[in-house]
Order: sequence, then structure tokens, then C-alpha cells
Amino acid sequence: MSDKEQCTLDSSQAKKINLPNAENKNNQIKLTFKSRSENVALARLLASAIVSERDMTLAELDEIKVAVSEAVSNAIIHGYQNDRECWVEMSMELTDNELIITIHDDGVGIEDIEEAMKPHFSQDQDRMGLGFAFMHSFMDKVEVASIPKCGTTVTLTKKLS
Amino acid sequence: MEIISKLKKYQNKEWLYLQPKGELDMACADEFKETIIEGLHKSGSRMLWLDFSQITFIDSSGLGVILGRYRELEPMGGKIIITHPHEQVYRLLTASGLHRIIDIDKPVSVKYTKEGM
Repeated sequence: MSDKEQCTLDSSQAKKINLPNAENKNNQIKLTFKSRSENVALARLLASAIVSERDMTLAELDEIKVAVSEAVSNAIIHGYQNDRECWVEMSMELTDNELIITIHDDGVGIEDIEEAMKPHFSQDQDRMGLGFAFMHSFMDKVEVASIPKCGTTVTLTKKLS
Repeated sequence: MEIISKLKKYQNKEWLYLQPKGELDMACADEFKETIIEGLHKSGSRMLWLDFSQITFIDSSGLGVILGRYRELEPMGGKIIITHPHEQVYRLLTASGLHRIIDIDKPVSVKYTKEGM
């Protein structure tokens, strides 16, 4: 999809958290799946499953599912421009009081993150441009790292009571 | 996506009544959109009644389809109503601001179990 030769940084350097850590006692999951719309449901189901051992309200579970759905949809629609043969990487870490989810794509990247995060940035009349707004309202922290032509990593953090 | 489609009389008007079932995300947004467009075209109606009693999840892809239809129907004097949304779905409908332009029923409280997550 993207022209790897043009990447000035390896995509892993864009990531806010690095999961491999031998001394980390927290449970971690890493999943790579094809950039296909049918995998969005799988991603949000996995996110809600990893916190199922914690005492979560249905509203909180749904907030996590919506945020993951938006981040993965963005990766497929915007990052990969609906190319079904690319890979989306999802990592999750469950700490004592937080769930940290990263969604990474090696797609086109975002030129202007601030602009992309504004509601109704989308030009298509059938798209609401509310993806980032939902992530912000339903998660406690949203971080976006992106390199044009290299990819985007969205890190979603939810505090667990 | 399973979608029940009927024509129903309500308030002296003929409505295209649709009851989609399942999770309304980007995987079925196009199918949902095509079903609405085709149903409106075949019936000639500009009144769209969405029964959301069987919708268990919605995100901005699903909401976008509704907004897109509103933008098409509204200038033609058409209308959209949404009935029986689950609480979680209702929350998204209000968070998106759609409740300000579309008539939406009060949410239906649904008891979930952890297995039904």
C-alpha cells in the first residue's frame, strides 16, 4: 500500500507504547488481522472480552467497543483506503487500573492530525466525521501518532474502576 | 445483515418500515444504505421508519447512513423516525446529535448478561 522506501522512520517508532517487555506482569494481547470490515466486530469483541474479568458496567463496555470500532474503521477506510489486503495490528494491555489499546496501520498516514480530529472533517455526506470525537468522549485518553505515507497508531486508554 | 422491510400506514402516511437486526457498523453500512435507498425508490415513499429494537450496536458508520438519508429526504419534505432503540444505541444517537433532527423513541431497557456481551 504505502511506499515503504519513503518512510523516514520505521513505523514501530511511531508507537507510543512498546509492548514486548519480559518483566511486565500485565496481561497483553497482540492481534494482527486483514483490513476487512468484517474484522471490526472481532476487534471490539476482543477488547470487551479482555476486560470481562473486571467489574465493568455495560455502558463502559459499550464505550470501549465504540472507540475500538472507530479506530479500526479509520485504519481500514482512511489508512488503507479500503484496501482489503493490508494488515491492522491491535495490541492490548490490561494493568491494575487501565486498559490500553493500540490500533496500528501501515497506511497513508495523517498529514494534519489536529484537523483530522475535528468533528465533521469528513467530506462524504454519509460519514459523520465523528470517529475521533467518539474516541475522545468514550475513552480517558486518546493519542495519535502518524507519519504520512507510513502509517498511524492510535492509543486508547480507559481507566478501570 | 437481516433486514425486515414492510410498508406501513401511520399518521395517514405510507412509511417504509425497516427492522435491521444485529450490529450496525462499517461491515453492513453499505447494505443497510442500499436497502433504504431501494425501498424508498420502489415504494415512492419519503417517510422512513427505522425500528431499532433488534440493533445491539451502532457506531459512526451506522449513524452516517442515517444522517446521509436525512440529508436526502429532508429537502424533499421527507421524514425519518427511529423507534425502540436499546439504551446503548440511544446514547450514540444522542451523542451524535441525530436526536436533534430525527424523532427518536425513548430507549428500551434491555437486561444483558455477561454472556450476551
